[in-house]
Amino acid sequence: MTAPLLQLRGLSTHYVSARGTRVVRAVDDVSLTLDAGETLGVVGESGSGKTTLALTILRLLPLAARVVSGQILFEGEDLLTKSPVEMRRIRGKRIAMILQDPMASLNPLFTVGDQVAEPIRVHDGTRRASAWNRARELLRAVKIPAAEARLRDYPHQLSGGMRQRIVGAIAISCEPRLLIADEPTTSLDVTIQAQYLKLLRELQRQYGLALIFITHNLGIVAKMCDQVAVMYAGRMIESGPVHQIFDAPAHPYTRALLESIPRMGDADQRLTAIEGQPPDLAAPPGGCAFHPRCPKMMDRCRTEEPPRFDVAAGQSARCWLAAPAGR
Amino acid sequence: MNGSRASALTLAWRLASFGPRGYPVVPIAIIAITALLALFADYIAPHNPEIGVLGERFKPPAWQAGGTETYLLGTDHLGRDVLSRLIFGARVSMIVGFFAVVVAGVIGTALGIISGYFGGWVDQVIMRITDTWLAFPALIFAIFLAAIVGPSLTNLVVILGAVFWTRYARVIRGEVLSLKERDFVRLAIVANCSKWTIMRRHILPNVINSAVVLASLQLGIVIIAEATLSFLGVGVPPPQPAWGLMLADGKKGMMAGYWWLTVLPGTCIMLMVLAANLLGDWLRVKLDPQLRQL
Amino acid sequence: MKRYLVKRIGYSLISLFLLSVIIFFFVRVTGDPAVLLVEPGASQADLDAIREQLGLDKSMGVQYVTFVTDLLRGDFGKSFYYRMPVLELYLSRLPNSLLLAACAMLFSLFIGIPSGILAAVRLGGWWDRVGKIFALLGQSLPSFWVGLMLILFFSVHLGWLPSSGSGTIWHVLMPAFALGWLFAAAHMRLTRSSMLEVLGSEYVKLARLKGLPEAMVIAKHAFKNALIPVLTLAGINLVIMVNTTVVVETVFAWPGVGRLLYEGIAFRDFPVVQATVVLCGAMIVTVNLIVDVLYAVIDPRIRYE
Repeated sequence: MTAPLLQLRGLSTHYVSARGTRVVRAVDDVSLTLDAGETLGVVGESGSGKTTLALTILRLLPLAARVVSGQILFEGEDLLTKSPVEMRRIRGKRIAMILQDPMASLNPLFTVGDQVAEPIRVHDGTRRASAWNRARELLRAVKIPAAEARLRDYPHQLSGGMRQRIVGAIAISCEPRLLIADEPTTSLDVTIQAQYLKLLRELQRQYGLALIFITHNLGIVAKMCDQVAVMYAGRMIESGPVHQIFDAPAHPYTRALLESIPRMGDADQRLTAIEGQPPDLAAPPGGCAFHPRCPKMMDRCRTEEPPRFDVAAGQSARCWLAAPAGR
Repeated sequence: MNGSRASALTLAWRLASFGPRGYPVVPIAIIAITALLALFADYIAPHNPEIGVLGERFKPPAWQAGGTETYLLGTDHLGRDVLSRLIFGARVSMIVGFFAVVVAGVIGTALGIISGYFGGWVDQVIMRITDTWLAFPALIFAIFLAAIVGPSLTNLVVILGAVFWTRYARVIRGEVLSLKERDFVRLAIVANCSKWTIMRRHILPNVINSAVVLASLQLGIVIIAEATLSFLGVGVPPPQPAWGLMLADGKKGMMAGYWWLTVLPGTCIMLMVLAANLLGDWLRVKLDPQLRQL
Repeated sequence: MKRYLVKRIGYSLISLFLLSVIIFFFVRVTGDPAVLLVEPGASQADLDAIREQLGLDKSMGVQYVTFVTDLLRGDFGKSFYYRMPVLELYLSRLPNSLLLAACAMLFSLFIGIPSGILAAVRLGGWWDRVGKIFALLGQSLPSFWVGLMLILFFSVHLGWLPSSGSGTIWHVLMPAFALGWLFAAAHMRLTRSSMLEVLGSEYVKLARLKGLPEAMVIAKHAFKNALIPVLTLAGINLVIMVNTTVVVETVFAWPGVGRLLYEGIAFRDFPVVQATVVLCGAMIVTVNLIVDVLYAVIDPRIRYE
């Protein structure tokens, strides 16, 4: 097996308030590995640090946020040591990202063609005419009918699903190695969601992309992903191959998440909601952050934070329940 | 970014606006001193502000060649003492500024409460009038009214009050709309209090903060408007000493190099307006977080 | 679109109606309009003639109708001082005011837009602070005093620029600065806040995600969007400028409509005062309407509302 495409090692990103009095640990000691062409689902409640994790990888954090420790190894190089100019050449070219809101992520004052051709022109130095030709091919690749005419349209003339496809076309325009999609379908309606996910999978296969799929929807993870990482309060509390985690979740939080998915044909199975509220990240509970809501809480969970324990091949969890005997 | 320059500027800014402990010391001091000068002008001013000595015309300030210590800040084209006129001018600015803001506040707050509380066509009519009023340049309107009724101190107060009430009406109406949905007002309605009692006892006390903040923000605007009207000859009638009037008179001597006749009154206006604006900003942040957007 | 247009035009008509009522009402409530409309020093016979002509013995309703029909026919009366129809007088002065306002507007945009952008891009930096102080001074300095200080420095002290009058480019510099000063501060503040809003938008985030150079993100994606509200305000401000130049034109003896208003007051030439004010109001209502309509043309969301 070759070296992984992306490897995060002990990555932590904190938000610091203006006076430095409040520190929010949005991403805390996260490690993960992603191979080329693989799909990783990152799951968690809102506020668990998923989006901050994505922005950390691309180094487009808001001013208040700081990467305090860790490494982001992409194709063997640490992105945290790159200069702003080097980072800019990576963004859009080798790592692309799709944002949540298709209505808001296209600039209303420029044509679709201009916006799709833009990264090609900037990164590859392509002239306008050939960049537009490429843009037309890309619109066809994301299955937009009458691509030629659409190039000259302005965003407000297109539907939400169409705009999301265009955002997808922009993302793959420079044939990146890694695509991060941040809840790309939440604002679309269900039928269009399904089509869009199908399209993403096709693009992934066609271009050999690695995909990080950020979502709170485990149903989508089951359909789309090879690997899954579960985040809670900025920490990655469980990760591993999708089928393994769905069959035998090690962390009580993962189990609770899985039990809260409605299943077809399981009329008598009760849906369980997770008790309690997500923690305040500025003042997280001591020990394991999940302990106030955990049905299997033990004494040591209150005081000692669990490290990563290997549960099975490729699967690990941060829970004392997964601790090997004697620890 | 240049760090030392930024911090020096920050320091100057803090000192000028919010003082060492977060209080606007400098603006309050300027307004307090002006108020004292205005109150005790009769005792402080060294000369009669309205009667000059024609033999002593255009004397420069004491520190310039030709100046005397009798006239510390020089004399004007009628031989009147500039310092005394500035001190008495503070009285005009203070009186007009304060009372005009109060008149505007009373009109605007009353209309805002009525508009917001009654709603329906009353609201429609009042807001349409407010919009028309607001679209029209306040200064032109004031000039027009002043040209009709003629110059006097009382007229000025009424005119400026009649011109500047619109912003109160808009803001207060908005607040009343949200107050109306609050429990204590609903309870009062259920308890069968009369409309006027509810407006006076339950609504008015809750919007008074915003009215005060708006008043402090408008003080500077009103002072400039008064100076402008006086400058154009439709404000304070001569020979009363108003800063705007002094500027109009001083303009005549400007080409001859009598700089003190224009620089000094203008500086007084500027300091006063600056102080009022800074105080208003501070009050806005302090008293009413909702108004920060204004 | 049609409904929107009808509504806007209706609002404008209501505004014009209210304006005419207010002016009519104030002139009659505050005293005898005949005294205002007769030349200073006129005889009792003249007064009676004016009363007859205005129909002051008739009911208020009839008087108002006469007043409005006269205005609609473009009959604003005759100037006592210039002995000519006021409308003609006004129109002959308007180009000068437009020129002055246009120069002042250019100046204010030239200062306001770049400094607003800088303040937003370097948020909290020293330029942002300078901008704050600049905005505060813009609010606190009366424009006529700025004008006087300019004359004192550039005309009296240095002798570089003419202190009053019109005709050459040198004449327009100081009045344009004095008039544009206050608006420059306003345009700076609006550019700053508009730019901040745009910089936080998703499409700017996407532009950065595409790997565009920061200069291109700001100049192409942010700037154009941030400019829309600023230009809208500038359009309205231009009209307000034309109509509030009265002080600046007085200071610099600039022969525009503002100076005309001042002369009207100084010579007790009431028809001139009334006409300038009515025309100013009509102009502002009209331009507000035009801006609303243009907005609907540009922004499809309003069009299909």
